[in-house]
Amino acid sequence: MSALLEVQGLRVAYGGINAVKGIDLHVAAGELIALIGANGAGKTSALKAIAGVLAPAAGRIIYGGQDVTRQPSFRLVQQGLALVPEGRGIFPQLTVEENLQMGAYCRPNDASVHSDLEHVYGLFQRLFERRSQKAGTLSGGEQQMLAIGRALMSRPRLLLLDEPSMGLAPMMVQKIFETVVQVARDGVTTLLVEQNALLALQVSQRAYVLEGGVITLQGQASDLLKDSKVRQAYLGE
Amino acid sequence: MSKFDLFLQQIFNGLVLGSIYALVALGYTMVYGILQLINFAHGEVVMVGALVSLWVSLKLIASGVPGPLVFVLGLTAAVPACMLLGFLIERIAYRPLRRAPRLAPLITAIGVSIVLQALAMMLWGKQYKSVPQLIPAIPLHVGGATISTLQLFIIAVSCVLMAGLLVLINKTPLGRAMRATAQDPTVAGLMGVDINRVISITFIIGSALAAVAGVLVSQNYGIAHYYMGFLLGLKAFTAAVLGGIGNLTGAMLGGVLLGLIESLGAGYIGDLSGGFFGSHYKDVFAFLVLILVLVLRPSGLLGERVGGRA
Repeated sequence: MSALLEVQGLRVAYGGINAVKGIDLHVAAGELIALIGANGAGKTSALKAIAGVLAPAAGRIIYGGQDVTRQPSFRLVQQGLALVPEGRGIFPQLTVEENLQMGAYCRPNDASVHSDLEHVYGLFQRLFERRSQKAGTLSGGEQQMLAIGRALMSRPRLLLLDEPSMGLAPMMVQKIFETVVQVARDGVTTLLVEQNALLALQVSQRAYVLEGGVITLQGQASDLLKDSKVRQAYLGE
Repeated sequence: MSKFDLFLQQIFNGLVLGSIYALVALGYTMVYGILQLINFAHGEVVMVGALVSLWVSLKLIASGVPGPLVFVLGLTAAVPACMLLGFLIERIAYRPLRRAPRLAPLITAIGVSIVLQALAMMLWGKQYKSVPQLIPAIPLHVGGATISTLQLFIIAVSCVLMAGLLVLINKTPLGRAMRATAQDPTVAGLMGVDINRVISITFIIGSALAAVAGVLVSQNYGIAHYYMGFLLGLKAFTAAVLGGIGNLTGAMLGGVLLGLIESLGAGYIGDLSGGFFGSHYKDVFAFLVLILVLVLRPSGLLGERVGGRA
């Protein structure tokens, strides 16, 4: 299967620091891929560059067979590339439902938007209960549900998730990850960035380990789970 | 005129003035909401609206077109002209400075304001120009006070425009995108919103309201000149700050309140100061309000705390 996303020699400088120092990675259609690494390893910068939020210093990003390097994020969403940003990035003053409608901003407003809304409410019952509340009043976990649900409203072909477990209680992390797996199973290709390496490796098929802006390890998630270096560095053994 | 009638009269005058302030204040507050920028050239857009409509009106009256139709045609010329002007101001003076320190666009704003005043002076001259009355001002008596059909018309037009704006902002996908952009432009971009387009639209809508305000205010006072936007702009800015800058309802409330404060203040300052100050001190009140708000409640009546962003 050809790659839906292919990143070649990506370098990202952020605030005067070389956060990503030339990485290659690819994600094939239908895959759930994890990008793991410690805080400050460059994961978020890499993801932002892929989503068009940060302009890369060098390298190429090929999405759906087309070079999309330096395309602004709003164009990429129209082509089905959605990022759930670190820290969720919900619109606090908009209601839950308005946030979800924002997710469908680049789609024609027809019946399919309504049925997708129902689908997201089906995934996250809690969002349905709070649909007319301001999103800023939601708990951290609910905001993460909203951020994921909102990204799904764009009908993404490729979903980029930045640290969905960050700052959440273990119960909520489990719920979020169950949904991520469910979404991937429904056919949405997913690139998952996580500090929680154990969880990320358990749900993904392949994974990349990012350290100091370079990829130091990659392979099948099940193999990495057994790798002694990974176990030492990321799984606390 | 009894004391109560006098009071009622000041309320009427204040509402007329206030609805014009509100229309202009909306332009300041919408731009601030999205860019955290005070568009000090906004008052000049009001002036251009008034003068363009006057210029068209004078031509039409000369060829014998009836008043109300002249008014509509004047407005039809002024509104698109100001929309284009607002669009160009943002593209030329603000967009290149989007990532610059906040002081830089503030300085270009003042620059644009001076340039527009100079251009208007060159095009239309320095002198005060009398504006023909196009909407009939038939006095209607309410108790001992009077309100004219023109004044009622000004209030009605403002109310309709403000209601329309609230519907646009709160009920349409475009309005939702504008609110989302104001809250987090990066994430709005991730939703597929073209931020630059939303910013242009914000300037265009604000300028359309400014054009209408310019036409209405010149009808109300019967005069227009190249410098009329300066004081009106400052007062409308004060109204936006009073209501809580960045907040639409706040701008409307602030505008009406400022109009009432100014009108009542001008009406009673003579009595209160034993005749020492006259009603020509009316302009003092707006700036008194500005200073008091900035000292006592910088976030305005309906605003949230903006200290961190300002």
